[in-house]
Amino acid sequence: MSIQSDQSDQQTHPLDDLLRKDRIPHIWCPGCGIGTAFSACLYAIKSSKLDLDHVSMVSGIGCSGRGAGYINLDSFHTTHGRAIPFATGLKLANPDLTVVVFSGDGDLFAIGGNHFIHAARRNMDLTVICVNNLNYGMTGGQVAATTPHLAKTTTTPAGNPETPFNLPLLAYASGATYVARWTILHTRDLTESIGEAIQKKGFSFIEVLAPCPVNYGRRNKLKPLDVLRIYQEKSIIKHFASPSELHLDLEKGITLGKFVDQDKPTWLDMYYKTTRKKS
Amino acid sequence: MTGDEACAEGALAAGCKFFGGYPITPATEIAEHIAKRLPQVGGVFIQMEDEIAAMASVLGASWAGVKSMTATSGPGFSLMLENIGLGICTETPCVVVNVQRAGPSTGLPTLGAQSDMMQARWGSHGHYEIIALSPSSPQEIFYQTITAFNLSEMYRLPVLIMTDEIIGHMSERVVIPEASEIQLFNRIKPEEKSMPYWPYIPGADGVSPMAVAGEGYRFHITGLTHDEKGYPVMSAEAHVHMVERITEKIKRNISHIIDTEGYYLEDAEIVVVSYGVSSRTSLSAVYEARSMGIKAGLLRLKTVWPFPEAILRTLASRVKGFVTVEINLGQIHLEVQRCVGGNVPTFFVGHAGGTIIPPEHVLSVLKDAF
Ligand code: SF4
Repeated sequence: MSIQSDQSDQQTHPLDDLLRKDRIPHIWCPGCGIGTAFSACLYAIKSSKLDLDHVSMVSGIGCSGRGAGYINLDSFHTTHGRAIPFATGLKLANPDLTVVVFSGDGDLFAIGGNHFIHAARRNMDLTVICVNNLNYGMTGGQVAATTPHLAKTTTTPAGNPETPFNLPLLAYASGATYVARWTILHTRDLTESIGEAIQKKGFSFIEVLAPCPVNYGRRNKLKPLDVLRIYQEKSIIKHFASPSELHLDLEKGITLGKFVDQDKPTWLDMYYKTTRKKS
Repeated sequence: MTGDEACAEGALAAGCKFFGGYPITPATEIAEHIAKRLPQVGGVFIQMEDEIAAMASVLGASWAGVKSMTATSGPGFSLMLENIGLGICTETPCVVVNVQRAGPSTGLPTLGAQSDMMQARWGSHGHYEIIALSPSSPQEIFYQTITAFNLSEMYRLPVLIMTDEIIGHMSERVVIPEASEIQLFNRIKPEEKSMPYWPYIPGADGVSPMAVAGEGYRFHITGLTHDEKGYPVMSAEAHVHMVERITEKIKRNISHIIDTEGYYLEDAEIVVVSYGVSSRTSLSAVYEARSMGIKAGLLRLKTVWPFPEAILRTLASRVKGFVTVEINLGQIHLEVQRCVGGNVPTFFVGHAGGTIIPPEHVLSVLKDAF
């Protein structure tokens, strides 16, 4: 009896209808932060009251890029770095769709960096969620455009000589209408923020800091709990912090919060306005 | 009307509603013309940040249910091949025009060539079948753009129009027929309420019905090797099965896809094989040869890929020789030689690009062949 009831407990989960259950177990490693970021995204979508038949998810390539494969909505697993331009075509061809891009830092900001800044500049009506784990997890832990200076990765065994991008700052400078940064420890704020971003018209961007214990953590002596402790002890929530305060740094701290929430016409608004003008 | 403009008009006649572009000589005029025209028919034109993004946006638009296209030239085509591969793997209907200019690299931006023909066949990684058409006039590019959309919708893949700078920039009279005279084919949709819907269960002709985003089917597609559900499967068996399926759907329908035009083939002793702008100069040479009593013929390839192998093999059993004419140093010529299999001599007329091939060059080979 008790075994049976255990089983039935296991078999229902509040997100069941949004998960492709026939694809579980997922590929994410134990201790990985992507799953938490992903379920925050699913909760936000579920509580959005949107008609889920009109919500699509697009991912690129990488560990986070597997997101689109697990959501039980129309979902597109595209090429490396190209989730945003694919999503752009999807949205422009059917403006009734709500399009969420779920991918990682390597995908969105190295190989796909050009697409990101242009979609933000155009104010394309998309929600982009970037799980930032500071390295290329899927390929075994190589340096990324987000890897901290001096951090060890398989392709910077002596420490990263480069300086990383600051993602919310880049989004802000590129013209995004909604910009936020959270960690997987701040799930409630994160979920609410994703909910806001999805409802927001225009280009919304959320960075989610998440540990990759298997590749990044191991080489930089950071156990999953150490990372969570850093998220707890070093983070400062500062909504609408000025662009110069968006630190992501063990000394200055980690600035979290919603930094931008502004209204601007979207690309499609302006396209209609310019092309439907009587000449 | 120029060839480039006729191409844009053909796209509109086919019902194209989305163009994701990036400027490049000598294809820019297609984007310019359709940028003006698409809003008039309720469509969307967007100039993306590069050709990679342009091609990705075209695939996205197709999955939202509209007919979509892009146009480029060699350097941009090289960038697009990444997502053309995604289009092949995910079986996404769309049209890609390559107005060929002379390469490699930046090459001669303003001067024509036909030197991306093998790139069109094999340029994206992996093994696949592709459909590529080659028009020889502005009027023909108008019709071939419609055909390209029809084929892409029918067989669910990106269809290429491999034209060139000369046709693109050439001005000729183009007749645009009434819409009622144009036959259009739209992708087969899944049967209503056939849930669960799996995107890659083949229909009778080997092609799977296609749902699009927002219809409630909640499907998944991926560029990873996948099963008929569209789910990734990392095994050799699944891969062999998938690649066979996406290649077989073209191979088994090859006779419906291939379109060629023959001149004097009934009694020809020597057959010129050519396509696009080179088939025009070849035809003048064949007429001239005939007037001199040489039994020459022309096989004009309107479809270059899949290659009309069976037609070549049949001809090879009764003619004395072939001459391939193209603006490159021998690409389609390799296919001609492969099909002829050394049974009769094969000659080649071509150069690396930048100008058309004068009919006299073809004629002199026809005269001296035997
Ligand atoms: S490699 Fe890293 S990012 Fe990828 S699933 Fe494992 S822990 Fe997560």
